[in-house]
Amino acid sequence: MENKDYIIELNNISKSFGDKVILDDVSIKVKKGEFVTILGPSGCGKTTLLRLLAGFGQADKGEIKINGKDYTDIPPHLRPVNTVFQRYALFPHLDVYENIAFGLKLQKVPAPEIDKCVRKVLKMVSMTDYEDRDVESLSGGQQQRVAIARAIANQPKVLLLDEPLAALDLKMRKDMQIELKEMHKKLGITFIYVTHDQEEALTLSDTIIVMNEGKIQQIGTPTDIYNEPQNSFVADFIGESNILNGTMIKDKLVEFAGHEFECIDEGFGENAPVDVVVRPEDIYIVRNLESAQFTATVKSCTFKGVHYEMFVETDKGYELMIQDYNAFAPDQEVGLIIRPADIQVMHKERTCNTFEGEVVDATHVKFLWETFETLPLEGFEHGEKVKVQVDFSKIDLIDHVEDGMLEGDVHFIIYKGDHYHLTILTDDGDHIWVDTTDIWDKGDLVGINIAPADIKISKCNEHND
Amino acid sequence: MKKFFAQCYIWFLLVLLYAPIVFIGIFSFTESKVLGNWTGFSTKLYSNLFTGNMQGTGSLMSAIENTIIIALIAASVATLLGTVAAIGIHNMRGRGKQAISFLNNIPILNPDIITGVSLFLLFVFLHVSQGYVTVVLAHITLCTPYVVLNVLPRLTQMNPNIYEAALDLGATPFTALKKVLLPMLKPGMISGFILAFTMSLDDFAITFFTRGTVGLDTLSTYIYTDARKGGLTPELRPLITLMFVGVLVLLIVINIRAMRNAKNSQR
Amino acid sequence: MSIMTKRSTWALPYAIFLLLFVALPLIIIILYAFKDSSGGFSLGNFVKFFTDADAIGTFALSLEVAIENTIICILLGYPAAWILANKKLNRSAVTIVLFIMPMWINALMRTLATAELFHVMGVQLGKGTLIVGMVYDYLPFMIYPIYNILNKMDKSYAEAASDLGATPWQVFWKVQVPLSMPGVVSGIMMVFMPTVSTFAISEFLTNNKIKLFGTIIQENINSSMWNYGAALSLVMLIIIGITSLLQDNKKEVNGVV
Repeated sequence: MENKDYIIELNNISKSFGDKVILDDVSIKVKKGEFVTILGPSGCGKTTLLRLLAGFGQADKGEIKINGKDYTDIPPHLRPVNTVFQRYALFPHLDVYENIAFGLKLQKVPAPEIDKCVRKVLKMVSMTDYEDRDVESLSGGQQQRVAIARAIANQPKVLLLDEPLAALDLKMRKDMQIELKEMHKKLGITFIYVTHDQEEALTLSDTIIVMNEGKIQQIGTPTDIYNEPQNSFVADFIGESNILNGTMIKDKLVEFAGHEFECIDEGFGENAPVDVVVRPEDIYIVRNLESAQFTATVKSCTFKGVHYEMFVETDKGYELMIQDYNAFAPDQEVGLIIRPADIQVMHKERTCNTFEGEVVDATHVKFLWETFETLPLEGFEHGEKVKVQVDFSKIDLIDHVEDGMLEGDVHFIIYKGDHYHLTILTDDGDHIWVDTTDIWDKGDLVGINIAPADIKISKCNEHND
Repeated sequence: MKKFFAQCYIWFLLVLLYAPIVFIGIFSFTESKVLGNWTGFSTKLYSNLFTGNMQGTGSLMSAIENTIIIALIAASVATLLGTVAAIGIHNMRGRGKQAISFLNNIPILNPDIITGVSLFLLFVFLHVSQGYVTVVLAHITLCTPYVVLNVLPRLTQMNPNIYEAALDLGATPFTALKKVLLPMLKPGMISGFILAFTMSLDDFAITFFTRGTVGLDTLSTYIYTDARKGGLTPELRPLITLMFVGVLVLLIVINIRAMRNAKNSQR
Repeated sequence: MSIMTKRSTWALPYAIFLLLFVALPLIIIILYAFKDSSGGFSLGNFVKFFTDADAIGTFALSLEVAIENTIICILLGYPAAWILANKKLNRSAVTIVLFIMPMWINALMRTLATAELFHVMGVQLGKGTLIVGMVYDYLPFMIYPIYNILNKMDKSYAEAASDLGATPWQVFWKVQVPLSMPGVVSGIMMVFMPTVSTFAISEFLTNNKIKLFGTIIQENINSSMWNYGAALSLVMLIIIGITSLLQDNKKEVNGVV
């Protein structure tokens, strides 16, 4: 009976296109009447997930339940969900009225009722009197409204919205956000909303599901997601943040940016490497140096409307972003204070690159589909499977792609105060994580080299966790 | 100044290009058997053409009839076959798609004479006696690729969500095809049909090789035989003029329609 | 996805049709070309062709006429296409339609009209009239693709070039001409291929004085010399194949309409 609380249950959904894994064991439960947003960068699998829910495509693995009933193999026209498509997908050969009545006519609803319904939904999207218009003569915003009207005319149990506002300009987007929210309240049905716009997600949702690389990163309310991101990806993707490497010295004491800070987190163990997130508005900036926890020099100060955005260099050489209502002039020496509750400590997902490898001969090991030279190996047999580890900072990225052992492109960048943490996606679809002080842009093609001395080999079963 | 020279050049080329046709057009209004000999204004050749009152009675008329009927059949079958094929090709991937696209391009790239000879040898090889049916089959071979190439871009340019939207709103795949896909493909099918029709009308070489020895004539083969006999049948002059005017009207209509469509989509 | 992929079977009837009426006939050409009249394998048809001075001469003449015709069409057609695409020099859509229109009219009729005009003007029919008549026939096929590509070309390329200091003449030669090459190439395809394979047209324009390669193929086929005719067709297919290599796979075939 508990199942009845959930209008949608996705259990262990996986989906690949060719070699590329789009969704990797995704499970989601959605309560009736909720406004759920699936948030993530492009290519994270969010649209694929929505399409599976609508029935456009089949999951390789997993189960889809709607209202407690298994819909995994049911074709789209038999599902009690309707979709608002990103580029609207209005039928260009039909007018506004016929577009909205399309689904009702298929259900053989009597004409007077269709009439009533079309008028009702048009009123709902503030498009009364547009019945006879040709859809291609409508503006983007109007087409969007018709697309929504068409989907809700069918009275679905769940409305799926695939980046419906992405094509609108900023002002219109804001207005539509408010209208969508009101519409959700009035209709009382479940909305599943896909977007890459974090602000939109924070504004609209009851629950946000953050996705990246086909995996769910975090599920929570907007405040949870903002205040307590569970990993550096979420912290970086939602809002502005300072993300730094840190060490949890002991419970309630964390070291980062060269200083020790009191915090409220526990249970990480002693001297555990962690990621630390501090939101720019949570760093207090003061003139009085003595009362501060540490000092910094202002590098730049930009007025942003409500607040000033400042970049400072701390006494230990870390760059931080600070937002404050007061302006501090560049080159000014300032004091900084961070309150324990404002420090968000997160487990590190990994502390170095780990690959599966195979010993080729006494000085070569094969991993990532390439054979690398290593320092002389002792105690390994040829062909033995081994664990290969390379520190983030020991991977060389070079401009000339041809000169690298491997090729890849910069997939994701996090600035960590004094260096960049890059995720490189190789041509073969593997991930390599790199710490560097060089400046790269997302999408740059890079060659990748690893020096023999930096390749650490260990027996496969040693640190198996 | 530059514009003046440019316009002169353009009109110079146009005058050269159109001189033969205008010449034929002018001499379609006189009765003289020999071209270039003006014997006074007359519309007799036109009335001859329509009443069939001339030497070789009826053979020109039946050639015209054959041409039009063959073109209609070939273009209709090609439109049907090509549209279904385009939908199939659009949903194919990989090697199969490449192979079928490659084969589809061959009749377009091949000179008519090669297509004609190859089909002639096919019918010989299969011991099919050649006549009306083989000509129609050959014309379908020639025409269908153009339909495919006119329908396929419509499918690739179409927002794939539109078909999905129909399913999403409760349409079965068949209803979605009938109510959404086909109406959206209609412009491509129409232009494909028109192109196929004109291709068939204009064809000479393929008909020539596949018509067999049963005495089947289309307009092209009629003209060919007629001209080889020495001297153009005078009644062909009004026919050429009329076809020219017909194409002119058709092109103007198509262009006006295209312009109106362009305006509509701008709005 | 699963619903859509089933639609791929819709291509099946046409695939069978293509195999039967496009692939098989070409295979049969090859089959016949390598057979002698008794049906055994033989290279005799090709030996016959390469040792027959008349056939080789006709072949060379056909290539020569086709190349000359193509070059003249480029020289006359490129400036015309450029003027038509240039908004400052030509604002009328009518001239463009007038240039396209001959492509829609039966080539045999146009050729016949041209030949009659020559005849009445008292011009001796021969190689000269053949080339002029072919240029008449095929010039629109050269102008149209070049016009198309020039017309669609982004104006900002020319603006960027002149912004960087190019004179109008340099803009034309260094930017517009290179960018319009795909149009020229498809123009070459549309002019060269039909001219090299033509048969009826050359008979009309030269009063049967000059035979082109197409005519020889037709004569052999019509006099039941199928194997030799097939071999000659194969030679022409190879020429066509070489010419098509000039161009990328992305041919804008539907640009004719």
